[in-house]
Amino acid sequence: MKLLAIDTSTLVLGVAVLENRRVLGEVTTNLHKNHSVRLMPTVNGLMKELELSPDDLDAVAVAAGPGSYTGIRIGFTTAKTLAWSRGIPLVPVSSLSALAMNGSRYPGKVVPLFDARRNRVYTGLFKGEGGRVSAVKKERVMDIGAWLEEVSEEGPLLFLGEDVSRYRETISGALGERAEFGTLRENVVSAAHLGTLAFSCLERGDRGRTDAVPNYLQLTEAEAKWLSRNGGSAGGVSEA
Amino acid sequence: MNKKGSTLVLGIETSCDETSAAVVENGEILRSNVISSQMEVHRKFGGVVPEVASRRHVERITDVIQQALDQAGVKQSELSALAVTQGPGLVGALLIGVAAAKAMAFAAGLPLVGVHHIAGHIYASHLVKPLRFPLVALVVSGGHTELIYMPGHNRFERLGKTRDDAAGEAFDKVARVLELPYPGGPEIDRLAREGRPSIDLPRAWLEPDSLDFSFSGLKSAVINHLHNAKQRGTTVQRADLAASFQESVVEVLTEKSIRAVKSKGVDHLVLAGGVSANSALRSALSERCRKEGIRLSVPPIELCTDNAAMIAAAGTFRYLDREFAGLDMNAEPNLKLV
Ligand SMILES: [Zn+2]
Repeated sequence: MKLLAIDTSTLVLGVAVLENRRVLGEVTTNLHKNHSVRLMPTVNGLMKELELSPDDLDAVAVAAGPGSYTGIRIGFTTAKTLAWSRGIPLVPVSSLSALAMNGSRYPGKVVPLFDARRNRVYTGLFKGEGGRVSAVKKERVMDIGAWLEEVSEEGPLLFLGEDVSRYRETISGALGERAEFGTLRENVVSAAHLGTLAFSCLERGDRGRTDAVPNYLQLTEAEAKWLSRNGGSAGGVSEA
Repeated sequence: MNKKGSTLVLGIETSCDETSAAVVENGEILRSNVISSQMEVHRKFGGVVPEVASRRHVERITDVIQQALDQAGVKQSELSALAVTQGPGLVGALLIGVAAAKAMAFAAGLPLVGVHHIAGHIYASHLVKPLRFPLVALVVSGGHTELIYMPGHNRFERLGKTRDDAAGEAFDKVARVLELPYPGGPEIDRLAREGRPSIDLPRAWLEPDSLDFSFSGLKSAVINHLHNAKQRGTTVQRADLAASFQESVVEVLTEKSIRAVKSKGVDHLVLAGGVSANSALRSALSERCRKEGIRLSVPPIELCTDNAAMIAAAGTFRYLDREFAGLDMNAEPNLKLV
């Protein structure tokens, strides 16, 4: 069973092809260039190199968010259309859990994090075990200070993600020695890890419906404002 | 061409708030045209919210494409090519169509062409009766007001454009100050029928030989009229104001279109774009064209607004000219037609 995995949820572009949890090939670039321009040529290039055609694929996995709205939409739409066109399953996987996989051997808990601007982060709390990760707390978007307070009793904690550097002082200030930080590759989502998680989803029978959408973790500003004007609750946190 | 000898093109359009896919045969036979409108979603915001539109496109895109194929009774393998709106439009919205089209082109091994949204609007008429070249097209919508000359298929030359607001934009803005619901165009059309064009409003003719347009002065005049009435404490006949505003827009659009047709020495005028649904514009143009002996093509109402059939039709002629796009094609929010 061959699976294509795509991640465009941050500035990093990741594409991997796996066969039964074995990585056939993986491309990761951190060029900060347009995903719209580079994604399909990267997929095409890797597939060609592996001497595979679209017919050979049995599933398509995608980092479904949270992350950059435009980024996750490009990856998601590409993966969804590819899967639909070939009549194979689409497997949406949390971008945060894919990043957390980089800390799956860490003895404490893992905090993957993407910047959500205005001092807020997309984050969650994971626990690694036997090379896998499971969620301890629900994924959310929230103020970094409030989040650090919430996890202050946990520890030691491994913070992962390229955006962590922006909050490094705040994190160390709040958690001191209990906070550790990822190095190089550990801070970048691996599309191969994403693919590994997707195989687990497929085994559980999890797959995206044709009307599947990315997990933005928050409403659009316009919708949130409209709801608060009309007596509803906008809610920063939604189900992960 | 496919095995049966006909060209079957699947079009995809997501430039604004309609998710649409369509199948067109030989550039002129409409086999299917599925439009998933977001109008209801955006109505509560009083206009299209780009982020909301983009999210909705992702949700609907593959289901809409599937429906277009099903209704046409066509399999992916029977298609000759894919055509997608590359621009202009809302970048986040365009990106969804472009990403989907490229993924499908890769997965199904199909050639891909990018289509200019305005070219699509002009080709809407081709789905009713073949375009006869050379021709002049008046494209009027919420985002555009342009006069285009076409010497033949897939060849465009711009004669004039708006220097500020698009005609449809002016309709929407005036509708807002008249406190009419969104979208404003059809509301003004309806209200104007109850009034008389009795209020003196300006016509922006610009330089004597210019085929450009300007609607911002007219919009300001409407706002001033309302403002002055409020200060004097007099009531405004809103229907008369709507009728006067509409008459000014229609008169300029009609006159400049006829001038363009004459200046290029052609006898075929094509009306295109969302504002071509306006009843006053349709009747003024058809009356004038009849007098002048000009053949006028006006698309049916359902092909005036954004749809993928027009993109597939325009895309067919790009495909026949072998103007293919690569997998690195990007959405171009400011794409130029010429
Ligand atoms: Zn349009």
